[in-house]
Amino acid sequence: MPDAAESNTADRVIAVIAKTQHIPAGSFTIDSTFEDLKIDSLDGINIVFAIEEEFQVEIPDEAAREIRGVRDVVDGVDKLLAAKASA
Amino acid sequence: MTRRVAITGIGTVSALGLTRDAFWQSLSGGVTGLKPLSGYTFGAFKFKNGGEAVRFDPLQTLDPKEVSYLDRFAQMGLCAAIEAVKDSGITFTDTLREQSVIVTGSSLGGKYTEDEGYFNLYSEKHSRFNPMSIPKAMMNALTSRISMQFGIIGPAWTVSTACSSSNHAIGQAFEQVRSGQAELALAGGADAPFTQGVLRAWEALRVVSPTTCRPFTKDRDGLILGEGAAILVMEPMELARARGARVYCELAGFGMSSDAHHITQPSAKGSARAMRAALASANLDKEQIGYINAHGTGTAANDLTETSAINDVFGDHAKRLAVSSTKSMHGHTLGAAGAIEAAATALSMYHGTLPPTINFTEPGEGCDLDYVPNTARAIAVEAALSNSFAFGGLNAVLAFYRA
Repeated sequence: MPDAAESNTADRVIAVIAKTQHIPAGSFTIDSTFEDLKIDSLDGINIVFAIEEEFQVEIPDEAAREIRGVRDVVDGVDKLLAAKASA
Repeated sequence: MTRRVAITGIGTVSALGLTRDAFWQSLSGGVTGLKPLSGYTFGAFKFKNGGEAVRFDPLQTLDPKEVSYLDRFAQMGLCAAIEAVKDSGITFTDTLREQSVIVTGSSLGGKYTEDEGYFNLYSEKHSRFNPMSIPKAMMNALTSRISMQFGIIGPAWTVSTACSSSNHAIGQAFEQVRSGQAELALAGGADAPFTQGVLRAWEALRVVSPTTCRPFTKDRDGLILGEGAAILVMEPMELARARGARVYCELAGFGMSSDAHHITQPSAKGSARAMRAALASANLDKEQIGYINAHGTGTAANDLTETSAINDVFGDHAKRLAVSSTKSMHGHTLGAAGAIEAAATALSMYHGTLPPTINFTEPGEGCDLDYVPNTARAIAVEAALSNSFAFGGLNAVLAFYRA
């Protein structure tokens, strides 16, 4: 179960990052870091905003500051979605 | 130190085209850029025409992410700056980057960004703002982005004095070069007023024409709004000549004044003081002026007041010089007006052709000057002025001298 959910989340996260950063979705993976992708802190805030819209979740400021790569976003979103589902 | 200042690069985006060449062809051909505005959905307006840069596509020049981080006014301004620098043939060295200044003017800043945010907030009850709202809407976004584009690390700022913004910007940049404080200046301005909110606010003032812009005529019935940007490259004349640059003309003087009169009504005395100050700054006699690119908005108040101010400053010579309002073609571009009209004046002097006031029917009462009606005129003038008079009575006039 978690695998299917994770891969679905990952695809959607990658699509959002690709769209906001205007980079091809095929050019990076869940293991890419923001540094690799030349995503700076302002870009990061934009991505967080777009992720919140995509998944209808609210990412706390502290969590947003901890994000260093695509996997951090995917894991964070999955946790928020799980919390939302169990609420 | 006082140096002569050359204009060596021009970039423009406006209803008259997306390049300097297209702009000049329209101006010299007397072609209008004022047409029905596209894409307004919230009910009827009292006016329908505007000077829209309809084919402007920032993606032709800028990368997609950059475009998404800039409001329309800054997109247009940055494209104009890139064109101007390319036109000048300047090569930036590290030293020159440190000795260059950037001054831009804007009356509105990023109104597309603000409109969208407030629509979502107040109408859609959506409390989340796009995180780029502040950096996109800020007035200095254009200046900042130009500095990043060319790596310019000298003084850079933005001025906002309504419809005089970019004349003030160009004038301040000119003073920096003339006084030896800078070796190069990029200056001009940009405004993009075609949002629902800005259009409604202008409609409420009852100064926008339901037809078209007919400056200085009997049947003039208001201004037509326009969007656009222009950036000039200025450098010391000696250095420009030494590197074999094409010099459009000299920017020779800059005069300012304030009316202390009324928040919207102009004052002939204030306008006249600014023109006199520009002549004095340029060390020019009034008889040397052959052309005035007028503020010429097409409103009842401006055109009569400006005519009266020109008569006051120039006396008998007023009847011998040519005056035209290129706003009849590109519209009133607000904070970009001074820059677009400085570009028009510099190109006029370079080509020896004065652009006309189009849509000219019969002169209005008290409008007794030579307004170059409808058709451009081949005249090489010695010197020229370009007027900008803002709401709130803040006046800025530039003086040009032939190269």
